[in-house]
Amino acid sequence: MSLLSNTAVLLNKELRTEFRSRELLTTTVVFILVVLILFSFAISPTTEESREFGPGLLWLAILFAASLMLQPCFLREQSNDTLSSLRLAVSDPFSIFLAKLIANTLFLLLTELIMLPFFTIFYNVPVFPEFHWLILVLFLGSLGISVAGTALSAISAQARMRELLLPLLLLPLLTPVLVVSATVTASLFEREPIVKGRGIAFLAVFDIVFLTALWLFGEYLLEE
Amino acid sequence: MLAGRNGSGKTTLLRIAGQIVRPTAGKLSFPGSSADSIGNTRPGYVGHSTMVYDELTAEENLLLFARLQKVESPGARAEDLLREVGLYERRASLVRTFSRGMRQRIAIARALIHRPPVLLLDEPATGLDPLGIAWLANSLRDLNRDGCTIVMSLHGESEISSLATRAVRLDAGNVIADTKAGASLHDILTFGAA
Repeated sequence: MSLLSNTAVLLNKELRTEFRSRELLTTTVVFILVVLILFSFAISPTTEESREFGPGLLWLAILFAASLMLQPCFLREQSNDTLSSLRLAVSDPFSIFLAKLIANTLFLLLTELIMLPFFTIFYNVPVFPEFHWLILVLFLGSLGISVAGTALSAISAQARMRELLLPLLLLPLLTPVLVVSATVTASLFEREPIVKGRGIAFLAVFDIVFLTALWLFGEYLLEE
Repeated sequence: MLAGRNGSGKTTLLRIAGQIVRPTAGKLSFPGSSADSIGNTRPGYVGHSTMVYDELTAEENLLLFARLQKVESPGARAEDLLREVGLYERRASLVRTFSRGMRQRIAIARALIHRPPVLLLDEPATGLDPLGIAWLANSLRDLNRDGCTIVMSLHGESEISSLATRAVRLDAGNVIADTKAGASLHDILTFGAA
């Protein structure tokens, strides 16, 4: 109960501070739209090419946005040493991670929802036929990115060369999630959409494994 | 009270006592507690940083830490503390708009929110004007009278240092003088001063 109530309090803090400053959301939404528009004008894909390359570009844009979003996740706790005050205040440090990764997932999903109409317009790919499956894939993929990214953000925030370290650690670790997410998304964009159950199951297992690892070892990542 | 030159280990000792960092060697224990910590109640800690969020108001910050620490009636407790530290009128202002002294006051209020039995203060007078220092000295005296053990680091003698019942001087992580061993408070606080 303490874990859930502390997570709720911390999540409220994360959302309140973000919606007050709008630092992350503004940056990532603008960035992700610029990436999509640039790719669209640079490649000028036909509908068939969009079905083929679109999902890869979509997930590449999500990855770029996530790495922008995850970088300050723990970094901004350092300016006033607020991470120490949180660690002193909570009985279970996992609640700090849980609140941050839920907030990151929500921000990422919000960015993706803003991005989807633009993606449909610029790439002429219909996203609505299997919209509920697409939302599930976006959710599982974003959760995977957020879980791994939040953990790595905690590690990189305490290191030198922190700006370089997070993308360096994040990209190899997220390759399986990105490949599977892009593959499953591509199958949903086909003329006759197919739901790749094994891909969705892989994303769910990835999320559960990393979430469990974070629950077991997260405390050590927060130590100075 | 802890005294010592820069780098003597005062902050490290306080951060270990506050359970913010783990000791690389040795053991942390408190009188009346058999475990390595102060039972279930955590110490209050005021460090060099304010340890509060600039993007939250003074009241939101106190409510956040009160709720995390399961303080009874968090709203009332936050309001009481805001009055006590003289920030009630500015309770709805974002902390980033505060002066250094006001930030120090909210930092102290945050540390006191859960009524800790032990309060750890690392140079708490930093940023406070003479009025603020007088307020801090009075507050610490009242807290101590109410049974709160206060451990703090200070530079030199001041209104606050006069409250000390025991002083220890550190050098390179070692105790080099202790009033318990017969040294005077004045000698410990002014040791090495020109």
